[in-house]
Amino acid sequence: MEDYLRYIPHTEEDVRKMLQAIGVKRVEDLFETIPAEFRLSRPLNLPGPLSEPNLLRHLQGLESQRPPHFLGGGAYQHHIPAVVSHLASRSEFYTAYTPYQAEISQGTLQAVFEFQTLMCQLTGMEVSNGSMYDGASSLAEAVLMAHRITRRKKVLVSQAIHPEYRKVIQTYIDPEEQEILLIPYQKGEGRTDEDVLVKSLDQEVSAVVVQNPNFFGVVEDLQTIAERVHQEGGLMIAGFNEAIAYGILRSPGALGADIVAGEGQSLGIPLSFGGPYLGIFTTREQFIRNMPGRLVGETVDLEGKRGFVLTLAAREQHIRREKATSNICTNEGLCALMATIFLSCIGKHGLRELALMNLSKAEYAKKAASRIGGCRVAFSSPTFNEFVLEVDGAPEKILERMRTEGLLGGLDLSRFYPELDHHLVVTVTEMNTKEEIDHWAEALEKVLNPPLSPFSKGG
Amino acid sequence: MEFPENLLYSEDHEWVRNEGSFVTIGITDYAQSQLKDIVYVDLPEIGSEFQKGGDMGVVESVKTVADIFSPVAGKVIEKNLELKDHPEFINTDPYGTGWLLRMELKEKEELKGLLSSKAYQGTLSEET
Amino acid sequence: MVKAMGKIKDNGLIQDEPLIFEQGGEGRKGYSLPEWDVEELEAKQFIPLHLLREGLDGFPQLSEIDVVRHFTRLSQWNYGIDSGFYPLGSCTMKYNPKINEEAARMKGFASIHPYQPESLVQGILRLMYELEGYLAEITGMDHVTLQPAAGAHGELTGMMMIRAFFEGRGEKRRRALVPDTAHGTNCSTSAVASYQMTEIKSNERGVISPRKVAEQMDENVAAIMVTNPNTLGLFEEHLPEIAEIVHSKGGFVYCDGANLNALMGIAKLGDLGVDMVHLNLHKTFSTPHGGGGPGSGPLAVKKELSPFLPIPVIEKEEGGYRFNDNRPRSIGRMKAFYGNFGVILRAYAYLLSMGAEGLKRASEMAVLNANYLMMGLKGSYYLPYDRPCMHECVFTDRYQEKHHVSTLDIAKRLIDYGYHPPTIYFPLVVKGALMMEPTETESKEGIDRFIETMIVIAKEAEENPDLLRQAPRKVKVRRLDEVMAARKPKLKWTGDREDNNQ
Repeated sequence: MEDYLRYIPHTEEDVRKMLQAIGVKRVEDLFETIPAEFRLSRPLNLPGPLSEPNLLRHLQGLESQRPPHFLGGGAYQHHIPAVVSHLASRSEFYTAYTPYQAEISQGTLQAVFEFQTLMCQLTGMEVSNGSMYDGASSLAEAVLMAHRITRRKKVLVSQAIHPEYRKVIQTYIDPEEQEILLIPYQKGEGRTDEDVLVKSLDQEVSAVVVQNPNFFGVVEDLQTIAERVHQEGGLMIAGFNEAIAYGILRSPGALGADIVAGEGQSLGIPLSFGGPYLGIFTTREQFIRNMPGRLVGETVDLEGKRGFVLTLAAREQHIRREKATSNICTNEGLCALMATIFLSCIGKHGLRELALMNLSKAEYAKKAASRIGGCRVAFSSPTFNEFVLEVDGAPEKILERMRTEGLLGGLDLSRFYPELDHHLVVTVTEMNTKEEIDHWAEALEKVLNPPLSPFSKGG
Repeated sequence: MEFPENLLYSEDHEWVRNEGSFVTIGITDYAQSQLKDIVYVDLPEIGSEFQKGGDMGVVESVKTVADIFSPVAGKVIEKNLELKDHPEFINTDPYGTGWLLRMELKEKEELKGLLSSKAYQGTLSEET
Repeated sequence: MVKAMGKIKDNGLIQDEPLIFEQGGEGRKGYSLPEWDVEELEAKQFIPLHLLREGLDGFPQLSEIDVVRHFTRLSQWNYGIDSGFYPLGSCTMKYNPKINEEAARMKGFASIHPYQPESLVQGILRLMYELEGYLAEITGMDHVTLQPAAGAHGELTGMMMIRAFFEGRGEKRRRALVPDTAHGTNCSTSAVASYQMTEIKSNERGVISPRKVAEQMDENVAAIMVTNPNTLGLFEEHLPEIAEIVHSKGGFVYCDGANLNALMGIAKLGDLGVDMVHLNLHKTFSTPHGGGGPGSGPLAVKKELSPFLPIPVIEKEEGGYRFNDNRPRSIGRMKAFYGNFGVILRAYAYLLSMGAEGLKRASEMAVLNANYLMMGLKGSYYLPYDRPCMHECVFTDRYQEKHHVSTLDIAKRLIDYGYHPPTIYFPLVVKGALMMEPTETESKEGIDRFIETMIVIAKEAEENPDLLRQAPRKVKVRRLDEVMAARKPKLKWTGDREDNNQ
């Protein structure tokens, strides 16, 4: 079956005429510049070609089950309004390239300009770029940028930021240029330990990296930290995983952040097993030229009409080449568009209500958990839509048993924090109904305090 | 294109006006014409010291960024603050309102290594 | 009474559409949240007041139809592959099959959380594991990671791996060789990965000569970064010899695989001596570019470099597939989660739709189209390297220069004729470059029409050059003032605009 020809329109007659025009006999002759001994004589060893119906059948066989879940940790299930996927599916958006030709890319350009504005409003900052790969690489680029600005050697990173983000920062930095010092979290509170942080601060510190809410779901007090960093001439980098929290939380900019870098997946982007997601990156105007990534700016055309262009491109990889602020090129444009559509729908009041609903449901689950023997809320600090639960027993086993009750009860923290070996992160969003949370609590109760069976041995 | 006789020039396309133990520095008419519309200038802090050839800052146009290399060894004593709002002065008046900065010379001898207007123009014809 | 706020204009179907912030009004609603089935709490009961915000200043308040019309109108000012011919060189703007979009929206993929237990995502892991194998087969490499989120991300991953390789042996190689016909990202990537770059000039035939490489090659060079076919659309015919030179001094050959669309089933980069190559799934493997991403930049490597691959890697064991994090020599992690799965999935679907014969046919027709286009334009535009090309060809504005018409003018005039312009002013080795890549999905008639249009434009350049200099005219906006945009950057809406109804 040569169904793939639906993507390749050449008839045999076309090919013949074209070869004739070029002046060669056979298609193979076009490849003569490739030394003969390197030209393949056998077909590639690949499956297919599959017809469309067969392909779909094959893919359906690979789909995953979707039990109700209480998972978060940098990827969140939120309702995506129907409008988002419908509009983002307009192929004028998704089949376009990067908007190099401004006159026929005003759709993308205006949308990115709107995205930049929304991100500034959300994070309380002055400038935003057009997006980064994801929250982790965005945060890593923030650390590199702070180094470019301050030329200082040390960066203080809170242990309560997403552990995978920490690893990405570690990968990105050049150990000859920069060194990471980890700042622990306070036991029992789950917040970054301010005392240790203040003691570690000196004139060698380029930046402090704190995430809010942090990986434990805990709301950090960025304000105090920002003040102390600034006293030493360093920069405050605020990370985040859960953008919805900023529907109620004070923006990092208002609390003194110099760079805000985080993950925007919650803003209308499907979970999709970890990507594509949306790296958000905002900063202060004074650092505009140190910033990585594409920027869209407003200008006028030769008739004086408002229009948008890619601007300050001289910082970028294709022009500055070996002196560029970053090597990022293709970013996550369509995801930025989705976030823009999402926020346009949800609006000023919707985002607040959504955030409150997340908080309220998480508190409801917390309360339910606190009534269950054999587990307790691990940290006393305020949280947003996730919290850490300490359990009596091996979390892995507990989660496995909850799975037989038909749900994924949370995330085992021990894989990230060896010392938190009896701990789960439980995430509750607006998508978890009261009924589902009740079911979760019942399952947890059942697993932690199994009803005595007449056959069980006592003790 | 103009290259005033009373100025000295570097091969990196900067001009230098000899003012005794001080010099004023800018980029040449040729440099600005190559860069085209200049949009931004980044100049060093007053008081910073440079070796000859040291990386002092950048001149940015829409399409490219050029580094400014110090044509002499010395200390920055003044910079053209007007350029912050009017980078186009470098295009319209490279030897006048478009000057970049003033430096205090470390050694007066330094100026000897620079080119005359004629010699500089000679390097340009090689380049093009 | 209605007050006319600005100028009402008869622009027909090119609708004027203000920014979202300039529309709507207090209390208008465009969302629907789940019912409140738990008690609505107040944030201040839990979180200290100074950490709470008062409101979201400036945020839009629109109804659903406002949002739908807004983005529909915006989309109509865009040009995508679905709109027409998109010969943007080195970007491989081929048709994006619709079935792939459906696949990516299937619930069992789109709604899966990345921390869902491995036993519940075996199908997804299998899909990625298989795709890695297919890409290894196509490139002639041993091991593939799908983690990088885009081509430049793949490059960075690769150069970091090479660095880790040498550091692991106590060597500090600090140099990278980059030909002048390589992609711009190659230079910045080598710089970000802390290498000093040495440029290798291509020869009069537009390719790198082994002699030039030998002159620069020493034991301080970690790698040469080549693009093959290069950005002139030419096959680097001496690559095997160059690879030998580089290998003899212990260096690696990195290949930018952005132009792989010429080689599928034709030749394997691994056989040519390449040690490492990144691919752009959003180019060669038909996934949409999304107006600037998301992309996906898998990296394929030879065995020797496998231990340095970023974590995690997918492994197949008895009983199933799993992520392995425990790889002590790995460079670490490049992204929070493994790969841009939504993009990976589309490429997988494409690959299965095409099969080995389909991919080979795609490469053959891509090269046929490019050569046919080159022949058609040869007399009308200057061809700096007059020799058979691979998947793209590069012309310049040399013939038009005497009429004071530039590459930019030619590009903009194409817009008036309903085309997306080629890549312009790149590669830098050619002055005033027009780099054209038709891809295999364009028909002969389509290319014929494009050639005719280009010839008409060449004629206009002689007879009525102003038509080109003033182009484009039939668009939402005309040429934009980039100088103003860069001098006084306005990167967000500030609400201080007087006339918001243009």
